[in-house]
Amino acid sequence: MTLRALGVCLSLLASVAARGAADDFDQVMHLLAARHHGAVSFVEQRFLSLLKRPVESSGELIYDAPNHLEKRTLEPHAESLLLDGNVLTMQRGGHSRVLELKSYPQVLPFVESIRATLAGDRAALESVFRLEFAGSLARWTLVLVPLDAHLAKTVSQVQIDGSRDDLLRIEIRQPDGDRSLMTLRAHPAP
Amino acid sequence: MIARRARIIGLWLIGIAAGLWIVAHAQYMTDLSAFLPAKPTPLQKLLVDQLRDGPASRLILIALEDGDATARAQVSTAMAHLLRNEAEFSSIENGELLSAERDRAFLFQHRYLLSNAVNAQRFSAAGLKAAIEATIENLASSAGLMLKSLVPQDPTGEMLQIVDQLGRTPGPRTQDGVWVSADEARTLMVAQTAAPGSDTDAQERDLEAIRSAFRLGRAEAGSGAAAVQLRMSGPGVFAVAARAKIKRAAVRLSIVSSVLVIGVLLAVYRSFAALTLGLLPVATGALSGIAAVALGFGVVHGITLGFGITLIGESVDYSIYFFLQSHAANSTTKSWQRLLWPTIRLGMLTSVCGFASLLPSGFPGLAQLGLYSISGLIVAALVTRFVLPELLPQGFRIRDVAPLGLRVGQLRDSVRRHGGRAIAGAACAVAVAALFVLYGHHGSLWNRELSALSPVSLEDQRYDAKLRADLGAANVLDVVIVSGPTLEAALRGAERAQTTLENLIDAKVIGEFDSPANYLPSLATQQARRSALPDQQVLHDNLHRAIAGLDLDEHQLGPFIRDVDAARRGALVTVEDLRGTSLATGFDSLILHQSGHWSALLPLHAAGGAPTPEIDVARVSAALAAANLSDTQILDLKQQTDALYASYLQEAIRLSACGFALIVLLLAFTLRSPVRVARVLAPLVLAVLAVAAGLAGFGQQLTILHLVGMLLIVAVGSNYALFFDAEGVRQPDDTSALTLASLGIANISTVIGFGLLAFSQVPVLEALGTTVAPGAFLALLFSAVMTSGAPPAARLPNPRPTPAVPAAASSSAEATGA
Repeated sequence: MTLRALGVCLSLLASVAARGAADDFDQVMHLLAARHHGAVSFVEQRFLSLLKRPVESSGELIYDAPNHLEKRTLEPHAESLLLDGNVLTMQRGGHSRVLELKSYPQVLPFVESIRATLAGDRAALESVFRLEFAGSLARWTLVLVPLDAHLAKTVSQVQIDGSRDDLLRIEIRQPDGDRSLMTLRAHPAP
Repeated sequence: MIARRARIIGLWLIGIAAGLWIVAHAQYMTDLSAFLPAKPTPLQKLLVDQLRDGPASRLILIALEDGDATARAQVSTAMAHLLRNEAEFSSIENGELLSAERDRAFLFQHRYLLSNAVNAQRFSAAGLKAAIEATIENLASSAGLMLKSLVPQDPTGEMLQIVDQLGRTPGPRTQDGVWVSADEARTLMVAQTAAPGSDTDAQERDLEAIRSAFRLGRAEAGSGAAAVQLRMSGPGVFAVAARAKIKRAAVRLSIVSSVLVIGVLLAVYRSFAALTLGLLPVATGALSGIAAVALGFGVVHGITLGFGITLIGESVDYSIYFFLQSHAANSTTKSWQRLLWPTIRLGMLTSVCGFASLLPSGFPGLAQLGLYSISGLIVAALVTRFVLPELLPQGFRIRDVAPLGLRVGQLRDSVRRHGGRAIAGAACAVAVAALFVLYGHHGSLWNRELSALSPVSLEDQRYDAKLRADLGAANVLDVVIVSGPTLEAALRGAERAQTTLENLIDAKVIGEFDSPANYLPSLATQQARRSALPDQQVLHDNLHRAIAGLDLDEHQLGPFIRDVDAARRGALVTVEDLRGTSLATGFDSLILHQSGHWSALLPLHAAGGAPTPEIDVARVSAALAAANLSDTQILDLKQQTDALYASYLQEAIRLSACGFALIVLLLAFTLRSPVRVARVLAPLVLAVLAVAAGLAGFGQQLTILHLVGMLLIVAVGSNYALFFDAEGVRQPDDTSALTLASLGIANISTVIGFGLLAFSQVPVLEALGTTVAPGAFLALLFSAVMTSGAPPAARLPNPRPTPAVPAAASSSAEATGA
């Protein structure tokens, strides 16, 4: 076998693997799209260069297809972040603030990455991010990199780890090295 | 004889010249102040200022409808861009985040002077620790990743504090970068004009500027925007529309009614000379009315002028009586002056008594109406009596209307002969029925809301309310007002009031409030904040101690120490510094400056985001009083406005009752017979009752204009009743027929004039029309069948004393029928 043949074989293998990943990605997206409701609890850790130790918060994440997403933080302080369609409502200590996503594009990567993934909406993801999918259906990783240079100034990448239609871990990295790590766990049955 | 004639005409001409001069030099006002008290209480003064020049009066709400949302957003952006370059508008808001960057830079630069949280305690070690702990918590929140870049410069979170201070109230929602209504059917914009809302001319120009910006913006947005429509609302829009509507209605109605009345008069007189001469008393009366008001009040209100047309209704009668009674058949001016003039004079004096009751009114609009009518009527009657006879050409004759009068008289006589008891019964029935209807409506008889007079249609008012609801905060109904001799004093007052209002928020009495001091604190407060900032060394030490147990990295806080030091040495923020940011608009709309007097406005928002915000004004008021804030008041705009109107409606009702009493006295003095007084008044009272009951029966609530209309019924009707009464006490001759004919024709012209008003779309005119037209007709009818007859003395040996109204109606009805 010549070196050339080996090269052909390798590239063939690589493309087979890639096709397998692409198939898995489509399957993950289908599974996610088929799921209309989900509620998980989360623990979020923020690693900021300003702080000596990470800050931690926890609560629950509730999703209703296709575009209703609520992040309800319970600890250390109750607050709620509600995305309904295009409108984001923040509620904290009796005050609430309503903003339209289009008016605040810098917020977009934070919420759209999670919402569009939960919705299995590949088109929506691809309109904002460059996508890299790796792994298998049982254990996959999706890396989202903002297409827009302006958005890339607040978020350099979002990495979502999952298994089938469950999201396990969401990591948001910022260009200055700060990052937020959210670990998700299926709700204990009530 | 010639000398006397020359003297009279000369005097008349001089009078006209003087009147013209005064009218030409008088000052005219078209704003709301006719409806506002002449000697206001301080609270009413604030209300007047608010309504005329307050921020609310300068708002124009703009809605773009139809077409698709993207096209509307494009038009909105293009329009806003055009309008922002116009000096006539102090602000154009459509939800775009244009000046956000500049505003943020301004706020951030001055954060240690603007933040309400800054005090000496905050910069102690303990204070810094608490503030930094809160900031670390914020970093853990959803917004944390966006806030973190501020922390090295602002670890105590003053910027967030300021944003909270200013953005207390939620605005409308945004779509495609511009404001839209909750149902997304409309794109919204708010323009604030530089000119006060009371300047209707300026408002009209501003509306036109918006329209042309809309046309340009729509053209710019391309063919997709062709379907987009513009709609505007707000006080200025209403004022402009109302003025145009009233002007249109007044012109159209006066043309139509002039044509009709002139037609009737021509048909009767068959003489152009008589027609022309007949208008002289009317014109002279109107002129002297305006002149008298100008002399008496200094300024003439637009509404007084508008009322001028209605005076024609009565004063044209004088010349009708004069011509028909003296220049038909074989009667003469002399005999008219001897026999009939006293009756006209008494009728005129009766009207004067009625209108005199309006003179003491505390509301310039009503008082002017009174003075205008009094001088107009007196002059019109005098011109008829003294000037007209001198102006008549030799051998002046008009058609003899005696045959007409005779026919009418026969008809009336036969009715009376055959149905004396029936008439009495009918009159009683009418009176009883009217009283019954009025009693049934006594709770809701009078409309006590100022909006009843508003020429704005209900549909437009609803649309306005809808836009305001969409815009959220724009509807300011309850305002706490702090006044002071200087801006500084007003701002300091606002700051004192804020403390009390914060407690009310905690107690859930109010939801939120705005304050000009949130945009620009008083210099005293800024000074206090500046001197609370520690010097570099102290701050460094305090920070070191504060941060000891915390997770924040102290080495990153260098910018904070530098910024605090810069603020400590920096200048205070002044109004001038606000200019160039969009904050100036917010500040300006909360500050009123008038005649050396400053007021800070703190609009209150209801708690809990209720759809119909109701604030317990009494509790707020009590809390302010308890805090000893004497220069601070709460103004409930709607309630105050309606209270004001209700109070002058009340006053007008009281004054009208006085006027009626005056009329009774005058008649008692002149006629010297209680029975005759009752006989003259009975048909008038009955006519007024019937009209009031009719209006109430049709569900029409009575307003102040209906009341003025009732005075006019008495004024016009008293002539009829007095003629019939006079006829009753002297021997019937052939002038009786002429009198009857002249009354009929005078009545037709009155009913035409006022009847047309009834079809007007302007509530003020419509109210007068629907009251006076049927009232004048009924007054003639009732007078004709109830008043005249054989001398009363022969039929009633024991006249009862004049009973009080409304018993007068029924008792005199009995008397006539007996």
